[in-house]
Formats: sequence, C-alpha cells, structure tokens
Amino acid sequence: MNYFEYSRATDVADALRQIAADPQARFIAGGTNLIDLMKENVARPSRVIDISRLPLTDVEPAKDGGLRIGALVPNSNLAWHPEIEQRYPLLASAILAGASAQLRNMASTGGNLLQRTRCVYFYDTTTACNKRDPGSGCAAIHGVNRSHAILGTSEHCIATHPSDMCVALAALDARVHVAGGAGERTIPFEYFHRLPGDTPDLDANLRADEIITAVELPPSNFTTHYTYLKIRDRLSYAFALVSVAAALELGDGNIAQARLALGGVAHKPWRDREAEDALRGRRPTPETFARAAEVLLAGARGFGHNDFKIELARRTIVRALGQAARGTPQSQSDKRIA
Amino acid sequence: MAQRRAAPPTERFPTPAKIAITLKVNGVEHKLTVAPWTTLLDVLREHLDLTGTKKGCDHGQCGACTVLLDGRRLNACLTLAVMKDGAEVTTIEGLAQGSMLHALQQAFIEHDAFQCGYCTPGQICSAAGLIAEGRARTPDEIRELMSGNICRCGAYPNILAAIEQVLAGQRDQTEAPR
Repeated sequence: MNYFEYSRATDVADALRQIAADPQARFIAGGTNLIDLMKENVARPSRVIDISRLPLTDVEPAKDGGLRIGALVPNSNLAWHPEIEQRYPLLASAILAGASAQLRNMASTGGNLLQRTRCVYFYDTTTACNKRDPGSGCAAIHGVNRSHAILGTSEHCIATHPSDMCVALAALDARVHVAGGAGERTIPFEYFHRLPGDTPDLDANLRADEIITAVELPPSNFTTHYTYLKIRDRLSYAFALVSVAAALELGDGNIAQARLALGGVAHKPWRDREAEDALRGRRPTPETFARAAEVLLAGARGFGHNDFKIELARRTIVRALGQAARGTPQSQSDKRIA
Repeated sequence: MAQRRAAPPTERFPTPAKIAITLKVNGVEHKLTVAPWTTLLDVLREHLDLTGTKKGCDHGQCGACTVLLDGRRLNACLTLAVMKDGAEVTTIEGLAQGSMLHALQQAFIEHDAFQCGYCTPGQICSAAGLIAEGRARTPDEIRELMSGNICRCGAYPNILAAIEQVLAGQRDQTEAPR
C-alpha cells in the first residue's frame, strides 16, 4: 500500500470540496474493495476522504411511493431491512447472494455500485490492462478468460462488473442520486455503468467530482414472481459466472410485465429490453423463456475459456424465468436449483 | 497540504502525519497514534499484542481476521484503524469471562471444531456475530452465513455442530418456563 493522507468529511458539501481540491484523492466508505485494491497497488490514492460518518444511512419512503436508500446503508442492513424484504425481495436475495456476512456488514450501497472488476489481469500490475493502465492492452482477451464477459465487450476490455446487488437494481429500474460541483442529478440505473468501448478505465458515468448520495427504488409489484439465480464455481462466497435477476407479473395466464437482467456476463449489469418484450404478452412456458434467452444472447461472443458461458447463460435464464413464473424464488441458503 | 502527493517510502517526500485515535478493545480503552494505512488487524496484532486475531489472506477472502466492531462482525484486514476512532472492538481474547469460556469456545472444544486452529479465532468471532444477527436457524443458513470463514483443515461439519449447539442452547433458555 502506498502512503496516503487521511481526512474525514463533515458533510456532503465538505466531501465535494475535499475531492475538488485533490483529484488524486478517493472517497472511502466500507473500504472492502478500495483497501484491497490499494494493497495490490492497483489503486494509489494521494488521500482517502472518509465519508463513512456522513448522514446517508436511512432507508425512507420516496415521494412516488418507492424507497430511497442512503448511499451509506450497509449491504447487510439493506438486505435485512423489513421494507426491502417485503417489497423488494429480489433485491434482498441478490444482496445475500454476494460476498460474505462480514463484507456485507462493511460494504455500503454506493460503494457496491462503484466496486471494480475482479479480472485477474486488472489486479496483476505486471500485466497489460486498459482499465488499470489505459493504452497498455488487454491481457485477458488472449489470456485465461474463463470468468470474463460475453456481451458488450470491446477489443480493449472484456472485464465483468462483479456486483450481484446491481443486477437486481438494474431489473428494478433503480435511480442513482448524485451530488457534485455542478449540483445534484439523478441517473437511471441503466445509464449508470458503462460498456468498455475504448475507455474501459471508466466504469461508470459518475464524474470525478461527484458523490453518490442515494439509490431510489420506484414502486414495484415483483414480490411473488421473482428470483435471483446465481451460478458460480462454489456454492457460496464466489463471484457469479452467470447470474439472472428475473421478475414477472402474471395476469390471465400471460406475462403482463417482465424484467430480466444478468450479472457476470458484461462490463455492466446486463438488462435487455428486447428480451423483456419477447416475454410480455406471452404464456410463461419454457418455449417463451428459451425465446427470450435467444434474443438476449444473440450478440454473445466467447473468448475461448469462457465460451461455455453462452450456453450456461441460456440455461440459467430459462431456469430463472421458470422459478419466477412458479413463484419459487431461489433460496440463497438451500442451494438446490428448482 | 491538499496538493501534496503520496510518496513511496523510498522517495524523500514528507510522510503523511500519524493520527491519534481511541479504541476500546475488549473493554479496555487504548489511545493510539497510527498511520492512515494501518489496518485494524495490524493495530490489534502489532500495536496491542493481541495476536489471537489472525492474518490469513489479508484481502478479506479467508475470514481469519474476523472481529466484532460495535457488535458487528467484520474483516479487520480491510478496515483502516483511523476510520474506527471511538469504536468498541471485541477479539477472541475478549470473549471469555475470567476463566469461564464463551459458550462458542466451549462448544468448539466439545465438537473438536478445528485441527490446526489458525482460522478458529475468526470462526468463533464470526459465529458470535452470526448469533447476534439472529438470522441463522437451519444448518443451511448457518453454513451460508459462515461462508466468509475458510477452514483449510476442513473442520466445517464440526464447526457447524458447535454453532448449532450454542444456538439450540440459546433457544432452550428463551423457551424455558419462568
């Protein structure tokens, strides 16, 4: 770890002043990802600005009947919050599928959005990585890329976004509230994270002088027909090879509303509206689910070791939509897949 | 000050200032002066000689460094001590009451829930956190909520049995007629 200065922000305005004064500084909240990256010399901030004591820890009703989640609500508090458990069980389930109990106690809501890829080449400072060192190349494309992306990749980067929580937030149409030097703005979740393109060093559409203050969930009825199905190399405490957040509203035997988002397959949580269109208005049958998977994966491309992910994603989508349609969401403790 | 850049120790730049903090560890208040990059784990082991808390991976992947901070379990290796000024920390050394072992310590002995013992302080602190959370009831739930603690010796079935015994004992106590 490099030497760095430490300071504590007294309020959001103070945090913004401090980050504007030192562009090499970084905010720290839970620290679960940043400290790890600092120990590997991937992140070398001149200063860490401690925002962990800012008053952004409430889960409160939003004006439209949804919920507003403060950026510093720890992941475990959010997953076990009664309002989240009852009204947004898909989000609770996705959070509990990620990390460990200890890390969820530490990790913040805003920090979960901003965690960086676990691509081994990004972490290994002796290798080429356009995300860590723009212009140096991508060691993953011709390297060991078993865990890498199959959708939305570029010739510059095939890293995945590691979050489970964000897959559910994408499916639930969340909005990200940010504050910055130029004032406050709200970013729809779909536009928060970026595809790599030729700037894979940028994970999100958050400016350097901005801070996440809250994540807002609109009202939602996905309390029965939903699931978060995460497929990984071991049954707990591992990143997804493929994960699927599926949520349906059924009426008259047909799918009235559908949400479908994938994790582990792209540089951002992968929400596909065309695949959702392929579900809406149809009967919830394996054929309908297979058709949606086909639409979603039409542009999928493997890089050798991760070719299997395309078929794995197809099967996981079909299984997840089946779980959602039956109203039998995947348990995050009993790992048998119904 | 704001423009000053962090420098590796070999370069002749000013070293960032150390910071005074107070931590209450196992009931005892400690006034410490630590560098910003000092982890809570290193404070416990190197500054306070509380070597019960173990350094395993030092990256939050193994759980050997698990302690309770204000009652919640966390990875001390991914925690900057300066951020926890004023906090109360409980380590494995703080669980027993005098010569009376904590119920989890006793249960780990009774169930032979370790071989080499290196992960054990983290396992026990993590289990104490799990019990305080009150979310684990079934063996599946205990296994899932203990997945942040790796045991290289593979003592998992016995760790599970020890935690189940303590949870069952608590249930018996709460359900006993008064």
